[in-house]
Order: sequence, then structure tokens, then C-alpha cells
Amino acid sequence: MDLLTRARGPARGGLAAHLREPTQVLFLALLGLVAAGWVLVALDGGQFLTLESVVGIQQRSAALGIVAVGQTLVILAGSLDLSVAYLISLASLVAAEIMAGQDGNIGPAVAAVLAVSALVGLVNGLVITRLQVHAFIATLGVALIIRGALDHLYDGPAGRVPESFQVLGYSRIGPVPVSALLWAGVAVLAWLLLSRTRLGYRIYAVGGDEEVARLSGIRTGRVVVLAHVLCSVCAGVAGLLLAARLGAGAPTVGTDGGYDLESIAAVVLGGTALAGGKGGVAGTVGGVLLLAVLDSIFNQLEVNSFVKDVVRGVVIVVAVAVYARRTRGRRA
Amino acid sequence: MRRALPILAVLAALLIAIALVNPHFLEPAGFLAFLKRAAPLVILAAGQYFVIVSGEFDLSVGSLVTAEVVIAARLIDGDESATWPVLALLVVTGLLVGLVNGVVTTRLRVPSFIVTLGMLLILSGAVFLWTGGAPRGALSDGFRVFGRGGLGPVPWSVLILLVLGATAILLMRADFGRTLMAVGDNERAAALSGVRVHRVKIFAFMLSGLAAAVAAILLGGFAGVSAQVGQGLEFSAITAVVLGGVALGGGRGSVPAAMAGAVTLEALFTLLNLYGISGALEFTVQGVIIIAAVSAAAVRLPRKSTPRTGDAHAAS
Amino acid sequence: MPRPKAAIAVLAALVIAGCTTDKPATTQSAAPATSSQDSGTGAQSEFFVQADFDAQLAMRSKTPQGPADKPWEQAIDPEMIDTSRYKKDGPYHLCFSNAAVDNPWRQVGWKTMQAEVGLHEEIGKFTALDAEGKDDKQISDIAELQAKECDALIVSPNTTATLTPAVTAACAKVPVIVFDRGVETDCPVTFIKPIGGYAFGADAAEFLTEKVPAGGKVLALRILPGVDVLETRWSAAKAVFDDSRLQVVGVEFTDGDAAKTKSIVSDYIQRHGTIDGVWMDAGATAVAAIEAFEDAGLPVPPINGEDQQDFLQKWKDAGLTAVAPTYPTYQWRTPIIAALRILRGEEVPGEWNLPQPKVTSENLQTYLKPDMPPLHYALCGCEDLPGFPEDWGGKKG
Repeated sequence: MDLLTRARGPARGGLAAHLREPTQVLFLALLGLVAAGWVLVALDGGQFLTLESVVGIQQRSAALGIVAVGQTLVILAGSLDLSVAYLISLASLVAAEIMAGQDGNIGPAVAAVLAVSALVGLVNGLVITRLQVHAFIATLGVALIIRGALDHLYDGPAGRVPESFQVLGYSRIGPVPVSALLWAGVAVLAWLLLSRTRLGYRIYAVGGDEEVARLSGIRTGRVVVLAHVLCSVCAGVAGLLLAARLGAGAPTVGTDGGYDLESIAAVVLGGTALAGGKGGVAGTVGGVLLLAVLDSIFNQLEVNSFVKDVVRGVVIVVAVAVYARRTRGRRA
Repeated sequence: MRRALPILAVLAALLIAIALVNPHFLEPAGFLAFLKRAAPLVILAAGQYFVIVSGEFDLSVGSLVTAEVVIAARLIDGDESATWPVLALLVVTGLLVGLVNGVVTTRLRVPSFIVTLGMLLILSGAVFLWTGGAPRGALSDGFRVFGRGGLGPVPWSVLILLVLGATAILLMRADFGRTLMAVGDNERAAALSGVRVHRVKIFAFMLSGLAAAVAAILLGGFAGVSAQVGQGLEFSAITAVVLGGVALGGGRGSVPAAMAGAVTLEALFTLLNLYGISGALEFTVQGVIIIAAVSAAAVRLPRKSTPRTGDAHAAS
Repeated sequence: MPRPKAAIAVLAALVIAGCTTDKPATTQSAAPATSSQDSGTGAQSEFFVQADFDAQLAMRSKTPQGPADKPWEQAIDPEMIDTSRYKKDGPYHLCFSNAAVDNPWRQVGWKTMQAEVGLHEEIGKFTALDAEGKDDKQISDIAELQAKECDALIVSPNTTATLTPAVTAACAKVPVIVFDRGVETDCPVTFIKPIGGYAFGADAAEFLTEKVPAGGKVLALRILPGVDVLETRWSAAKAVFDDSRLQVVGVEFTDGDAAKTKSIVSDYIQRHGTIDGVWMDAGATAVAAIEAFEDAGLPVPPINGEDQQDFLQKWKDAGLTAVAPTYPTYQWRTPIIAALRILRGEEVPGEWNLPQPKVTSENLQTYLKPDMPPLHYALCGCEDLPGFPEDWGGKKG
């Protein structure tokens, strides 16, 4: 976080003047972190950017990355989704159970996962917009409902993913794993959606000021519901990816990974405002990568996981404080 | 108080349902045992109420509770004479964590969701870093008496709950309560009318930290040291407050209703347990009831623009 | 336009040349399920395998081979396998992929393993990665460790089924040693474990059938479903209870949380008037269960715990009727010893079954160590290691 503070600098002249957007600050911090990691690991007698660690960083960030892209959409729309972790577990189980080790079942399984996750997103969205339940409580409630169903139906990993589908989790093209390509694909689609479509424009509008959006004729409820459906579909895709990695569905894979709070953390680390309306996918990708590089450095240095938690906590808070300060500075 | 009516009806129904299965529940001993179990969550809900009504969140209370219990065990390490100094230290730690949460939220303008999420990570990491991953040491009997023992037939935790509950109600009736409500309702208007918004909010966070410290003392006393003691309490506390009809986003709801929400949640757990809907489907039922209760409250009342996470900051 | 074409050709070549998969072919076997009648214990776990159950119960009465004062080097019915193809000269680089260090059992074990590493000068480097309880991270960790030129890889899998592909991949490159939970492949050189969960569950359940009068009400407390080493404990207990005249009035999950355990036990006492026996799949919350009886002013019924000091202390102080089957933490020493033997080309058992003693009222005094912290596990086998007892949180006696 030292790096973040330094990158921020006093907001006058030179380089600092160009660093208006959180995204730029973030990617600079990411570069700095990679450099710092290189030095630290070299001092420790290791090599930082080996093929394995580069692949590792991508593998580790792909699932979180995909969820975080979805989370970006709902946060931009002024909502948030705490149900993604359980939905990921559910998706991995639906996928592995339907596939049951048969190549022929991959198509139906993927379709079923997408349908189930879209349905969950629809429920989230409708509860928030129609029943007027705060997103925090609505998605927490839906998370509990999914959790109960999972606990009731499964007491351990189940189903089996055929070899051909595990390609998604393990294969790579040179140094780029297929899972990272999938993440990149999802991110590009979301970016196109946000920057090139009317829905994207409306998501920003609703997140920025719902009342103004409504008055300017946007059906705000529909936008929020759609954002939730897309977010849940992203979680479903992440569940598919994890099923491919694990070779089976697992009822705890989503919660073990802490994908709910961690995806929100990655989004705000990427400079998207938690209140909605400001930010974007590029920042989120940077936020996820930053967390993954941090993880990789800690792994190389064999730092214990408790230090990791402390550093992550500090990084997240400091980053958002820096963004808040910059925004204020610009307005003043 | 109208907002609290649905929750009181639900609570009454749950209590009757429990009494039908378990007649012992109606005797003073049975009911006191229930209150004793509910006390930590009710206290946490009261603390969380102050934060929520001021328009913020406190996600750090769960890991704060765990941290406090682990700290207490390591420092006391079975030594009776260390009990009181450590109790004092726990209270100070709780206030301090609240202070940091409040200052970072108000002065550095970081949304409280993020501040307290960061605090959650920092606390759980730091405390286990200190103890090497698992709790160490032991609590003294003097420490445990607050969660385990009682004054005659009345458990200490129920007495503590009554005192703190009364204090919370008095606080909300005092000037502080009115300004807190004003800040949560409309931060800018409150600031313009001369309220020191930052100070009020910081105080609310400190109250939440204090509540977590007391809850930790009661929970540690009830069942001893455990690394899981605070797990998920932040969500339970927020859920309880919302069940009580308090609006996320601030400005509406009362402290007795928030505490009633916590009692309701605890009654729900007890009932599900009594009817043998163990483990599995318990969560599903809980999820449905929470959504149903909150949406019922939202639909009954005329709609105010839905406040959202961090709105206060968007406005500033 | 030649340039785009060339670029595409280069890209295609790159794709074809660089397209690699880090995952070899694997086959998985499904655990056969057995049916059984209902007696308050619910359906039998899908993890239950009758043959393994019988084998483990038989192992309990066998005499292990090896030095009696070092149970972590002993093995029951070892089938030695040749490891001469792994033989190489030191110093060695040992790698360890750890599932997590998130509970006292793993904490004590991890300390013990580190101390064991310190005993051997021939270990030049020891690299350990902590997966923090995440399957996905452990898969990446194992892949990453393979790049570090380890001479041997020790794995403590987070989940049996899901770690199998990663372990299989590692087997191709380096000798692999698996301990604690297993994997669904026999490619590791050795799999180290105490006798196992069936023996644990049966030890406790048999004790209750002996001490609780016929028709007595037994409450079974489990941590959480779905973890194989815990499922086997319960499924063995279920098999024993189904054959007994005890009545299992409840099977509850505690999440390993003391407060929840105490509440559950209090509820059962209230509902049933009394409970005549308590079975637990792990000892961490045994003291909380005991306190529920004490606080209700009732005598504590026969109960089982584990070899944690707080339980042993309570057992002695309150004069309980109790037993403590164990899942010894000394098994964390064995993988290091096994790795060195393999690298020296010495024979090791293909399945290394360590003895799994139980604490009874006769030998309680041996295992009770008041100077150790309450959550310390007595069967750490760490008393002779450097740094004991301070590194394990104890006080010098």
C-alpha cells in the first residue's frame, strides 16, 4: 500500500496530473507491485515471474475475476450481490451432476447452469425492485435460501466432470490458461455492454441517481433486474470454471473462496464507487490482478495467511481512501 | 413505533409456537435461559442499530467478537487475578476499533461497508497472527461468570442486557439520539443545521465496538474459547436490526424494535431447532422469513427514495 | 496484405505449439453406497465402505511394527514397496502443500512437522504453501510447487475428490507423499494416516453401548457434513448404534462452535428431560457439551472427546465416565521421515497405517499435561523435539 500512497502523490503538476482516474492509479500500483515483488522474491533467492507463477496468477484470478465483473455491473447500478458465493457452489454442482462424466452432457449442463443462475439473478432483482427490499438483505436472504438447499441436498463433492470439459480448467495456450481467456472474454463483453449499449448507459444512470434516471424515462426497476441477472450468470460461469478445475461439484467451493465479499472488495479496489454510477470493468480487472499478484508474492515468500489478511484489509481501505481523496480534490 | 408492529406480531407468534412444543419455555427458568442465549445478539443488534440509523454499516463486529475472546484467553491464561484488567482492556479495544472505523469512514470518506470489511480482515488476520493460528490460553472462572453464572436465578447476561438496553433507549431519547437520527435521515441538512456529523457518526461506531466487546465477554463466558465464536455475527446483527424495521441507509427505526428483531431471530433459531428442522433447511427458512418480513415492512409504508450503501458519501 | 496473414499464421503456430494441458488422464471411482435400516440415526452416509470399515476395526487389535516409543514410525500390516528409483543424493528440497492451518489440530501438527524438519540436516530447503482451506488454491499451489525443483512433494489434501487430478499430475514429476485425508488415486508413493475415522467413531460408540444402559438416549454431535474423515467417524458410529439397544435421539451439526454445541445440548436436555450418552465426532467442543449438563444441574453422562488438554483436564477434575479416541497429530512427523526414506531409496509401506491409541481412564494420567495449553493435542509426539514445550504454547514444567 506504500506504493499506492506514493503513486497518489500531491495532486499537482507532472505525472500526478495525468493520474486522474482511479484506474490509472491502480494499474500504476499494479506495475509497482510487480516490480516490488520481483525485488523481494529475488532477495529471498527465488524467481518471481516464472512460467508457473504467471500461470498461477491467472488461474487463481480467473474465477474471482469473472464474478467480480458481474459484481461490477450490479454495483454500478447501485445495488450489490451477496449471494454469488453460494450460487457458485450451486452452479458447480448442477454442472457436475448433469455432466455425470459424459461428454455428451456438457451442452445441457452448461445450459442448465446458465438457466439456474439467471433465475437466481431474476429473483434477486425482483425482490429488490418489486418487494423493495434493500439489496444487502435481499441477496443475503437468497444466499441463505441457496445455502439451505445445498446443505440439504449434498454432503460433499458430487457429480463428475468429463475430461474434455476439464480442459477449461487446466489447459493453456502458451502462458495463457483457457480460464484466463474466458475471463478476458467476459470482461470484454461487459465492457462493450457498458460502453456501447443503451443498457450500459442506463446502468450508469440508475446507479448515479435513480430518481433522475426515472424522471428521464428510464424504467429503473428493469435495469436493476437485468444487472442482477447478468451478475448471477457471471457467477454461474465462475461455477462452471471451478467445476472444471475440481473435476466435480463442491458445495463449499464458493464460500471457501470467499467470493462474495472478495468480489466486492476487488470491485471497489478497482475504483468503482460502492454507491454506484461511477467506475468500470477495466478497474475491476486491475483490482483482481492486484489481489492475485499480492497473493502470488506472499506465496513465493511463504508468508502466512494471517499476514495476508491484514495486508489485504489495509490495501483495500487505503486504496478507497486514496480514490475518495482524489475525487474530492478534483471537485474542490 | 408503527414500524415495529409487524416484528412484534411475528415475535409473539414464534414465542407461542415455541411454548406449544416446549411448555417449560413458559416457566421463568425456561424463558430466562432463552433470554440468556439471546443476550449477546440483542446487544450486538443495539450497537449495530446506532451505526445503521446513522446511515452506515458495521461488518467488523463478528471478527471483533472473535478477536476479543481470543485476546482475553491469551492474556488471562487461567489467571484469576488478570480478569478485571483484561475486561477493561476488552472494552477499550472495542471502543478503539469503533473509533478507527468511524474516523476512517468520516474523515477519509471511505464507505463504511469497505472500512469495516477491511477491519474484518485486519482483525481476524492480526489476532491469529498473534496466537499462531488457533486460540491459546484459557479464560478464568471470574471472566466466565458473566456468560455462565447468574445473580440467584437471573443470569448475569440478562441483567447486563437490561441495563444496556435501557441505556440505549435513553441515549436515543437524549440529544444524541435526535442528532443521530437527523444525520441518518439527511446528512447535509443535519450538517447545515449545525450538527457535527463526523463526531456523531464516530460515536455511533464506538457504541457498536463497545457492544461487540460486551457480546464477546458474554459469549466467551457462555461457552469458552473458540475460534468460531464470532463467525457470521455481523450478518446476524444486521439482519436482526433490519427485521426490527430499521431502514438500511439510516434515519428510520427505533432501538427497542432493533432489539426485538434480534430476539425474534433467536426465537426463530430456537423454534427451528425444536421442530427438528436441523441444520440444512434451517437456512432456507431463515432466508425466506427475512425477505418476507422486510418486504412486508417496506410495502406497508409509503415509499421514501430507497437509500443505498454509501449514499451519504455520494451526497457529500 | 501479407502482414495480417503472417500474423495469423504465427498466432496459429503459437497456439498449436503452445497448447499444453497440465492435467493428465485420470479415472475416478465412485464410492459404493450401502443401505441400512433406520433407527434414529438416519440414512447411512454415502461415504460408507463396508470393506474399509471391517479392515479398520480389525487393525485396532493388531500390533504395529516398528519402535514402540516412536508411534509415528510404526506401521500396521505394512506392505513395503521398493523406492530405489527415487534414490538421490542430498541435500534435499522438500515441498509441502498444506490444506490449511485453521484449527488447533492442524496448528499443533504443523508445528510438529516444522520441528521434525529441523531435526534433519540433509533437508537443504523446505518450501510450504498454505491453501487456506481453498481447493482451487491448493490445485494452483501444487502446480506451482512442481516448478520449484522439489525432490519430494508432501500433500495434505483439502478435499479428497477435488484434489485428485492435481495430485495425479504431480505424481508424474516427483515422488508424492499424501497424509491425513487421502486422494482417489494410488499414484502417491505412500499414503500416511492413522487407522482412520471408522476406528475413531466405533471406539467412541462401543464405549457408549457398554456404559449406557439399554434403551438409553444418545445424542450424536457432528461438526459438519461432507468431510470424508468425519463422515467415516459418524458412519461407523451409526453402524454400531444400529446394532445396539441404544436410542439415538438426535444427530446435530455444531459447526465446531462451542456456543452452538452448548445450546444444542441444553435444548435436548430440556426436551428429553435427560440425555444418557453423548457421542462426538471430534473433541473440540466436548467441554462445551459437558458444561451444558453442569449448568442444568445434571450429572454428566458417558461421553467421548478427543485428546485435547481441556477435555482431559475436565475428565480428571469432574471424574467423568469418558473415552477419548484420537486422530494423532504425530502423523505430521511421518511424511518428513517417509520423504527422506524414499529419497534414500529405502522401502516404505505403500499404505502407512499409524497406530491410533485411545485415551481411557486407565491411561488418562499419561496424556494429561497441565502445562500445555487447553487446545493442545496430547498425542503430538512432540515431547522429544527441540523447542518443546514453548513452541507449542506450553510452559516448562
